[in-house]
Amino acid sequence: MELIEAIILAVLAASTPLLLAATGELVTERAGVLNLGVEGMMIVGAACGFGGAWLTGSIIIGALCGIVAGTLLSLVFALMTLGLAVNQVATGLALTILGIGLSGLIGAGFVGERITPAPHLHLPVLTDIPLVGRILFGEDAFVYLSLALVVAVWLFLYRTRAGLVLRAVGDNHVSAHALGYPVLKIRMFAVMFGGACAGLAGAYLPLAYTPFFIPGMTAGRGWIALALVVFASWRPGRLVVGAYLFGAVTILQLHAQGWGVGIPSQFMSALPYLATVIVLVLISRARTGGSTAPAALGTVFVPDR
Amino acid sequence: MQLVLEKRAERSNTIALVSPLIAIGLTLVTMSILFAILGKNPVSALAAYFIAPLTDSYSLQEIAVKATPLVMIAIGLSLCYLANAWNIGAEGQFLIGAVAGSWLAVKTQGTGAGPWVLPVMLLLGAAAGALYALIPALCKVKFGASEILTSLMLVYVADLFLDYLVRGPWRDPAGFNFPTTAEFDPVATVPILIEGGRLHLGAIIALVVVAAGAVLLGKTIKGFEIRVVGAAPRAARFGGFNSNQLVLLTFAISGALAGMAGIIEVAGPVGHLQPGISPGYGFTAIIVAFLGRLNPVGILIAGLFLALTFIGGEQAQIAMKIPLDVTKVFQGILLFYVLACDSLILYRFRLIFASRQVA
Amino acid sequence: MRKILIAATAVMLTAGASMFGASAAEKLKVGFIYLGPVGDFGWTYQHDLARQALVKEFGDKIETTYLENVSEGPDAERSIEQLVRAGNKLIFTTSFGYMDPTLKVAKKYPNVHFEHATGFKRDKNMSIYNGRFYEGRYIQGVIAGKMSKSGVLGYIGSFPIPEVVMGINATILGAQTVNPNIKVKIIWANTWFDPGKEADAAKALLDQGADVIMQHTDSPAAMQIASERGKLAFGQDSEMIKFGPNTQLTSIMDNWAPYYIDRVKAELDGKWTSEDTWGGLKSKMVVMAPYTNMPDDVKKLAMDTEAAIIDGKLLPFKCPVVGQDGKEVECKGGTHLDDGQVLGMNFYVKGIDDKIPGK
Repeated sequence: MELIEAIILAVLAASTPLLLAATGELVTERAGVLNLGVEGMMIVGAACGFGGAWLTGSIIIGALCGIVAGTLLSLVFALMTLGLAVNQVATGLALTILGIGLSGLIGAGFVGERITPAPHLHLPVLTDIPLVGRILFGEDAFVYLSLALVVAVWLFLYRTRAGLVLRAVGDNHVSAHALGYPVLKIRMFAVMFGGACAGLAGAYLPLAYTPFFIPGMTAGRGWIALALVVFASWRPGRLVVGAYLFGAVTILQLHAQGWGVGIPSQFMSALPYLATVIVLVLISRARTGGSTAPAALGTVFVPDR
Repeated sequence: MQLVLEKRAERSNTIALVSPLIAIGLTLVTMSILFAILGKNPVSALAAYFIAPLTDSYSLQEIAVKATPLVMIAIGLSLCYLANAWNIGAEGQFLIGAVAGSWLAVKTQGTGAGPWVLPVMLLLGAAAGALYALIPALCKVKFGASEILTSLMLVYVADLFLDYLVRGPWRDPAGFNFPTTAEFDPVATVPILIEGGRLHLGAIIALVVVAAGAVLLGKTIKGFEIRVVGAAPRAARFGGFNSNQLVLLTFAISGALAGMAGIIEVAGPVGHLQPGISPGYGFTAIIVAFLGRLNPVGILIAGLFLALTFIGGEQAQIAMKIPLDVTKVFQGILLFYVLACDSLILYRFRLIFASRQVA
Repeated sequence: MRKILIAATAVMLTAGASMFGASAAEKLKVGFIYLGPVGDFGWTYQHDLARQALVKEFGDKIETTYLENVSEGPDAERSIEQLVRAGNKLIFTTSFGYMDPTLKVAKKYPNVHFEHATGFKRDKNMSIYNGRFYEGRYIQGVIAGKMSKSGVLGYIGSFPIPEVVMGINATILGAQTVNPNIKVKIIWANTWFDPGKEADAAKALLDQGADVIMQHTDSPAAMQIASERGKLAFGQDSEMIKFGPNTQLTSIMDNWAPYYIDRVKAELDGKWTSEDTWGGLKSKMVVMAPYTNMPDDVKKLAMDTEAAIIDGKLLPFKCPVVGQDGKEVECKGGTHLDDGQVLGMNFYVKGIDDKIPGK
């Protein structure tokens, strides 16, 4: 039982950066904007997050630095794709290149430094409940924050008027515009939210996961986050399932190696990716009706005047 | 008073020609400022990036070598994107193509096989790339599973599969168990065009691919279908075009091109199969496709141009001790400017005064 | 606009010409090719520290240049050649994957000297060098065998190449001298470098009962996790005590500076010859960090072991070496396995309850 608890704890932590970044991207995409620059925003968030925490000694300031950095980078993206109607796919990829470069320049100043990582929560009584206590109340605060964020996003999208408008903009920007909604402004906020989440997700790595900064430490997690949004068919609930599923397969394949199952480790390492594809195919097969993607996803909108 | 973007009545051909120049000009200004801040001489730095690589035949060859896979992959991708099929897994198709072609090279090693080996390797690479690309395409057509996710995930799978092969079954027996196949035989190697250099036959193949792409898109009915399905899906449906069939077709073509680029890279500049044969060609090619405005000739120019920034970046590192990260920032900014200026082909800015808006 | 562009181009052309025309005749130019970023705090970082030591040692007599993040694929050959063309006369290529590219360039430029790390192919103008890190691993095994309460060690591997396999074997042989029943759990991360994944692997090992963590991946992540859990760990490549003040037992540190200084001095004196150097604790290419967080008797044992290895009294791969199948491995070196056997090591010794992936 202890082992299961330990595995769940590891899965929660491993999935958190994916969930944070994917939640932000989900909102961006729901507004009809495809930002492929998640990896770039994450790595800059990681560099700035670590820098902030290292200079001030405060994890919270570090997290804020990560958020601000991600947001600023996403503003560049917004300026390009919304302000200048540039192709979103190309801009997102360029943003990733820029982000990797910037993070290296920023991070050059604190190679080999370390900080005290974000503490694990300890609530009296609650955390000490056998088996579930540490899982529900004993991880670092970001883990629970990411879940709260998903709930908030769900409430926003489906229970508020603003969320309805945002979805409308993503599904049909022409009609939304005709109804008088400021399409570009809404999209800009959605892109900024995506940037903030990606920045925070990146910052989570040096602030809580491995308390140091190394160039390239996001190691492709931004791409996985992008894939998870598609996997979740743009629904927050499924995003949680997807992120934890991916995290779980990642962690379990490591354990399987430790137990010594005789399968080549490369195949084990490929499992999370294969599992995601297979599950998506199964879900898509079972689904009735057409695609669930926001209809205007990735398309340019320039209002007529 | 407000500055707004406005769609032009028709695309501006003047801007189409001038916009890259404006973009380069803006990049020069921005980077000059950045270099000055970093305490580097902006003029020498920019010369290292843009001029030095163009001044000798060695660097020109290297630019062509670097551009070859980028252009080949990007041509295929452009067909997908024109048809609204989002293949972002060209990297995986590149790797699988490399693996499939290498299979023959490994099997015929030292058997004295004839000159048929290389052509068959190229075909195997193309076929395997196409088949691998058809997995996401079929998942999309049959099950409605998003090809964005499936094609991306299959990149990682291909990477690990290659890794498994060169660390296990295909390992060079004389290689101290290091993860690489033995060096391919001469009959399994892409011929060099200029003695002493690295420019290889692949560059010619890439040019043929560019020409074929231009003909396909400009002169054939299939090309017309591809463009219509992408630009006006509804009209295409009324026209009786089968968009599913086009998804399969464009994915297969782009997979084949990526796969062939993969085996050319392995049988050419690398010379054996090993992990890390692609420094992200499949992803960089996506940028090349868009930078080239999804147009074959544009892609050729964009591929060469991006290759120039890679070679120039290295020369700047060597000559000016400019860190690689600055080169990345430089590339990012350059891409932004080029893309932004291209936007002016279809759009223009207009100043709107508040009083008018009220009216 | 056009006039300005032409003027700017002209200025840059002249600047470029003067930059590349200028020759720093007196200074010896020394070039480096790095696999990672200089800030990786691991493999590349240690090589760059040695480069800095060169600058400190020789001052104005030399000029060093490096290219970082050079992938081991098709770009490597070009990067090396770029250094040659920029006038570097002594070039260090610091990863296994640069072996064939270095050899190709070396053949093309017989007057330039090359130094390739961790490979096995040599030439008249191409030396090879590597560290006997397994000597340090053996000491770590002895310490781990003493310090482990559960009798289970956790080992994070990067890729199953001989370098890593020999490290695992040396560790177990060392541990068996103090605890014949020692067990090891091995997890392959299939990456050199992904701190998050390294941390995950460390967690999995600890959760499965290991209480001493050792790694052959580059970041301090595993050390950090062991520290959080109050368990023990070894550093890798560099001094990592900062990441686990109460955790680090010792660390195997790559110390390239003495070798690099030696080689540059030889080059300056015109005495450079092609050599095969496999330096260990004795030549201080491999250095152990201070022995910490262990009782005095273990510390003494570790120091004695180190001294015995340095004196040549203790050989980690002393015969008989027994493989997993219970059979003795052929003893080609007389009293111990010869270097070729160690360099290409592709079997586990008895006592490891696992299989090498891909075998």
